[in-house]
Amino acid sequence: MNTPTSEHHHESHDHHEHHIPKGIKRWLYTTNHKDIGTLYLWFAFIMFLTGGAMAMVIRAELFQPGLQIVEPNFFNQMTTVHGLIMVFGAVMPAFTGLANWLIPMMIGAPDMALPRMNNWSFWILPFAFIILLSSLFMEGGGPAFGWTFYAPLSTTYSNDTTALFVFSVHIMGASSIMGAINVIVTIFNMRAPGMTWMKMPLFVWTWLITAFLLIAVMPVLAGAVTMVLTDKFFGTSFFDAAGGGDPVMFQHIFWFFGHPEVYIMILPAFGIISQIVPTFSRKPLFGYASMVYATTSIALLSFIVWAHHMFTTGMPVFAEMFFMLATMLISVPTGVKVFNWVATMWRGSLSFEVPMLFALAFIVLFTIGGLSGLMLAITPVDFQYHDTYFVVAHFHYVLVTGAIFSIMAAVYYWLPKWTGKMFDITLAKWHFWCSLVSVNVLFFPMHFVGLAGMPRRIPDYALQFADFNKWISIGGFAFGLSQLIFLALLIKACRKKGEPVSAQVWEGAEGLEWEIPSPAPYHTFETPPVVK
Amino acid sequence: MGCRVKRTLSKMSLVFANVLALPALAESATKVEQYQLNLTKGVTDISEKVYDLHMLMFIICVVIAAGVFGAMFWAMWFHRKSKGAKPANFHESIKVEIAWTVIPFIILIVMAVPAAKLLIDMEDANQPDLTIQVTGSQWKWHYKYMDDGVEYFSKLATQPEQIQGKFEKGHNYLLEVDRPLVIPIDKKVRFLITSDDVIHAWWVPDFAVKQDANPGFINDAWAKVNEPGIYRGQCAELCGKDHGFMPIVVIAKTQADYESWIGEQKDIIAKAKAEEQRLLSMNMTMDEAMTTGEKVYMANCAACHMPNGEGLPGVFPALKGSQIALKDQPAHIDRVVFGVAGTAMQAYAKQLSMTDMAAVITYERNAWGNNTNDLVQAKDINAAINGK
Amino acid sequence: MSEKEYEKYYVPAQSPWPFMGACALFLLAVGAGNVVIETTRGKEGFGSYILIAGFATLVFMLFGWFRNQIHESMSGLYSEQLGRSYRQGMAWFIFSEVMFFAAFFGALFYARAIAVPWLGGASNNQMTNEVLWPSFQAMWPLVETPGGITTEAMPWTGLPLYNTIILLASSVTCHMAHVALEKGKRQQILGWLGLTVLLGCLFVFMQVEEYIHAYTEMGLTLQSGVYGNTFFMLTGFHGFHVTVGTLILLILWLRVAKGHFTKENHFAFQAGSWYWHFVDVVWVMLFFFVYIL
Ligand code: HEA
Ligand code: HEA
Ligand code: HEC
Ligand code: CUA
Ligand SMILES: [Cu+2]
Repeated sequence: MNTPTSEHHHESHDHHEHHIPKGIKRWLYTTNHKDIGTLYLWFAFIMFLTGGAMAMVIRAELFQPGLQIVEPNFFNQMTTVHGLIMVFGAVMPAFTGLANWLIPMMIGAPDMALPRMNNWSFWILPFAFIILLSSLFMEGGGPAFGWTFYAPLSTTYSNDTTALFVFSVHIMGASSIMGAINVIVTIFNMRAPGMTWMKMPLFVWTWLITAFLLIAVMPVLAGAVTMVLTDKFFGTSFFDAAGGGDPVMFQHIFWFFGHPEVYIMILPAFGIISQIVPTFSRKPLFGYASMVYATTSIALLSFIVWAHHMFTTGMPVFAEMFFMLATMLISVPTGVKVFNWVATMWRGSLSFEVPMLFALAFIVLFTIGGLSGLMLAITPVDFQYHDTYFVVAHFHYVLVTGAIFSIMAAVYYWLPKWTGKMFDITLAKWHFWCSLVSVNVLFFPMHFVGLAGMPRRIPDYALQFADFNKWISIGGFAFGLSQLIFLALLIKACRKKGEPVSAQVWEGAEGLEWEIPSPAPYHTFETPPVVK
Repeated sequence: MGCRVKRTLSKMSLVFANVLALPALAESATKVEQYQLNLTKGVTDISEKVYDLHMLMFIICVVIAAGVFGAMFWAMWFHRKSKGAKPANFHESIKVEIAWTVIPFIILIVMAVPAAKLLIDMEDANQPDLTIQVTGSQWKWHYKYMDDGVEYFSKLATQPEQIQGKFEKGHNYLLEVDRPLVIPIDKKVRFLITSDDVIHAWWVPDFAVKQDANPGFINDAWAKVNEPGIYRGQCAELCGKDHGFMPIVVIAKTQADYESWIGEQKDIIAKAKAEEQRLLSMNMTMDEAMTTGEKVYMANCAACHMPNGEGLPGVFPALKGSQIALKDQPAHIDRVVFGVAGTAMQAYAKQLSMTDMAAVITYERNAWGNNTNDLVQAKDINAAINGK
Repeated sequence: MSEKEYEKYYVPAQSPWPFMGACALFLLAVGAGNVVIETTRGKEGFGSYILIAGFATLVFMLFGWFRNQIHESMSGLYSEQLGRSYRQGMAWFIFSEVMFFAAFFGALFYARAIAVPWLGGASNNQMTNEVLWPSFQAMWPLVETPGGITTEAMPWTGLPLYNTIILLASSVTCHMAHVALEKGKRQQILGWLGLTVLLGCLFVFMQVEEYIHAYTEMGLTLQSGVYGNTFFMLTGFHGFHVTVGTLILLILWLRVAKGHFTKENHFAFQAGSWYWHFVDVVWVMLFFFVYIL
């Protein structure tokens, strides 16, 4: 990959600084991509803590057999809302926040293409989650049917607050679609002269493809919740056999959204890792072009594998076979990515700053999660794995040590650029090592309890699972506490404590964003830089 | 709810106290010796093949992981800056790229072939020796032997006190049922799996059978068990509040034992019918009705309407103080006998005897301060069902 | 790309409208949720007030936002590059709408090709039919459900056919309006566009007639099994889009009358006409899959 370098540096931006509006209005009315990025990131972090607190309730209840802390119905609400919040409230907004901060700086644009819509799509989110969370406090409680809300548990057999759940998902979806359109249009239209497609940083590429996935599948989710709404309240029978419908049809529609959704949560992560590894290897990314093609193939394949979540629903054999084979195929392009990262490190000159530590942990732990995914894809064995903690282990490896770790890596990598100060490295190292150890204590034993036969979504379990669950819970609490270190570090960073950093920040970092001063001025690239 | 949060928090702090007292706890858990790390081999040919396939997959994955991580750690160790490594500048190689696209592809084919074969075997439920219809409902299983007319419900037998931590937990905690499914060994038993309400999944790990029970549709699965024994499983699809309390127990017997068991069952059913007829003409006293009623209530209704009759607001209605339980007796009988279509309230006509229904209705009309003094008799139920 | 293409970027200043839009969606979501619960469960509540407040806020916000936008556009602040952004944004928005309809078309295909035949015993579901629905026969349109609800199938001749013609014609008139705009002939634009709006209204009117007919004479309702479900959801969401489209065209008409839009600068007009064509294409799909087949 040819590293983009800009021709003229901007000495002139300082006189724009006085445009920065003050007070609460700055945040409510902002059209600045950096402000909006910050809002997204803080929102995501708050949601991560909220969803994490719910995970703590889950882990506390599962600490030992028997019902100690919560009633089963409340437990189900915790599981459901934990899943929803982490997926829609933490990971997706965090990636959108990063996109907002970085894409304009990386392609040499002054801002996102549609700045006002950008503000709109952010501010919908807090409202959507207020609705979702407030339903927990209403009569009957919040959603208790799993984040996958299978009908008819979510229709005929759910409580009436389901209506609020449905509409909150609608507006969340609207927010994601607007965000995605903004990213696409920005990348198509706002690249600096000379920033050709194959010079675009990989983070930009992966986000572009992610954005396409988003606009393709979020509307389908909206359709799914709409049908849930009418089935529950208006007497339709999409998911009711007596009226000629089929509960399994819900699952097809949901997973047509749901599977691409999980790649929405990992493709930007791939982009981040592809930015970080070359920097700290001091060597260009290996196989830039093949990375782009691999990402595209993953995205395309993701549309034809959805029913691997449904092997036990009684599909005909040929359908099971098709979805098994298609799912297995995804390992090939994903493998290409992993191999390319390793090849980038090969014969490099490696150093292990905090972003790199997280990136390396990502590569190892995501691969573990990916390989267990591959095992899940094998239909005959998935009959045993399905809906057990083996699946829970799989998706937390790809989501927590995958998506979340990549987000943390990204935050550490670009934070000095955002604030102009180096973060507290000691705290960061503590955060990394505590997280790394505890996250494995938390999620690794889940493989074993899963194989031994512990179903997921249960508030109480048989005695043979007791030992492992205790360790899992301990790991969980430790991982949760480790995130408080991160919180402390971020607060410190936002109060602009620390050593000032240079424009490049990291020796070896290349790309447009490293050529503008740190902290990045409020307005960058009012006239486009020329990329050679 | 606010207070629920507070309660939850205070209980959580208890758990944290427990964590600190870890060493002491470790002991109490070790008495369960049979914990396992890996998938079960099970007791059918299929389940063994599944196990083998699982191990094959697992080993391939471990080898791949070892290769990738090996290379990575090598680079991390030998190509680090602090050791003076100078970066190379290569960033492309078509040959390597092709290699690591093609080789994984070949590995995948190696995995796919046995998987496809096994899948075809598993899905072939033709020509069974015996067919059993398995119906899930919130939160119990119903088994119906299609050829013998024997049918019954099977539900969790663990005492609530064990769950709440008041009694010591037994060995088969949460994995025990009142009436297990009984099947013969060495016979191809076909299960027709469906549901009365939400989706459940019938899962017995030892048979490598897990099939969703979809309302309105029938899925099939089969097992040919090689050894007599007791096999335990659980519902494997979130099905509401008590999803975690919906175990499955299957007893596999030799053909001879199985046949005598079926004989007994037929007898029991016949006797129960006769008994029911006899009881129709008898009247319970209030005390009898209340004691039986309480038992029936705790076993069948308390899961939703709660032991204290207060239900779960917004989810399951309270019976304590409910208009139906206080005033409208015919409506009360109707709800219990025929259920409420399209809600979680099932029809109990198939599940309980008339006496039990009469008793439980009586109980509901007189417990928790519902002092109606109404006494419902089996013949009232009979009148509701058969229109007398 | 050549240097001179790079005019100065336009980055709008702070704006209160998006945040107000978020508030509007919040009120709409809360209101709609409560209205649904209250109307179907016969409860009392404030749902409808919240919903109306949401609509009011939304309309207010749209007016404010568009007024700003129009003002900026008319005062020549926009660059060609921004015009491209708007057009692409609109195109992808329409794509997302296509996917929304795809979910319901998916449900239609699934019900028709899989769920109903399976209930009738096809594929690996022989026992489903024998044990659970012994008297059910698979058919499409599903005029008798497994649960025993009966209804009638909507024929494609008559109203639906007229509606197809109306909508196709309106697409042509809309296009003519665009052609006229490119030639800069304002009177012609007004004529063609006005005609399009009228055709849109006519379509909605006929659709309402059809619904009344279905409900009162055919026993075809939203509740009559998956045939009625897919029928009403697809035509209903389409009808909703036609209504919105007609409103958009009406506003465009007013703006043309006020002298807005030039040959070069008419993004709003183009977006509106794209939207209209999209609504039209969806109808053709609908006519084919819902009515004819
Ligand atoms: C970020 C999210 C994410 C990602 C990236 C993935 C990636 C994958 N997932 Fe996962 N998955 C989830 C999130 C994710 N998943 C979630 C949330 C669920 C549960 C949903 C729910 O029910 O609640 C789930 C569930 C799930 C199931 C259903 C399990 C069940 O319920 O029974 C299956 C089954 O096939 C599956 C498969 C896969 C596969 C094959 C991949 C592949 O993409 C992985 C590819 C990667 C590798 C294979 C590793 C690297 C490759 C190499 C080193 C190359 C060499 C290797 C070979 C060629 C073998 N996943
Ligand atoms: C990105 C997504 C994401 C993330 C980050 C996580 C993070 C975590 N998850 Fe989650 N999880 C899901 C997505 C995610 N999960 C999904 C989709 C499901 C399926 C839901 C369903 O079945 O429908 C699920 C389900 C799920 C289960 C299974 C529940 C069940 O089946 O019954 C469990 C059980 O242990 C669990 C645990 C955890 C834990 C301990 C963390 C930890 O990583 C969280 C750590 C973070 C914190 C703890 C917050 C920070 C700290 C504080 C706020 C201070 C307080 C700290 C203490 C009190 C110690 N998750
Ligand atoms: C799986 C959950 C569940 C179980 C088990 C259950 N019920 Fe119910 N019951 C419900 C629900 C839900 C309703 C509300 C139905 C409705 O919406 O009208 C209900 C309603 C009732 C009503 C009417 C109450 C009123 O005021 O409307 C009575 C009486 C009743 N149940 C009795 C019983 C009895 C007796 C049993 C046990 C033999 C029982 N229920 C078991 C879920 C359950
Ligand atoms: Cu039945 Cu879970
Ligand atoms: Cu998937």
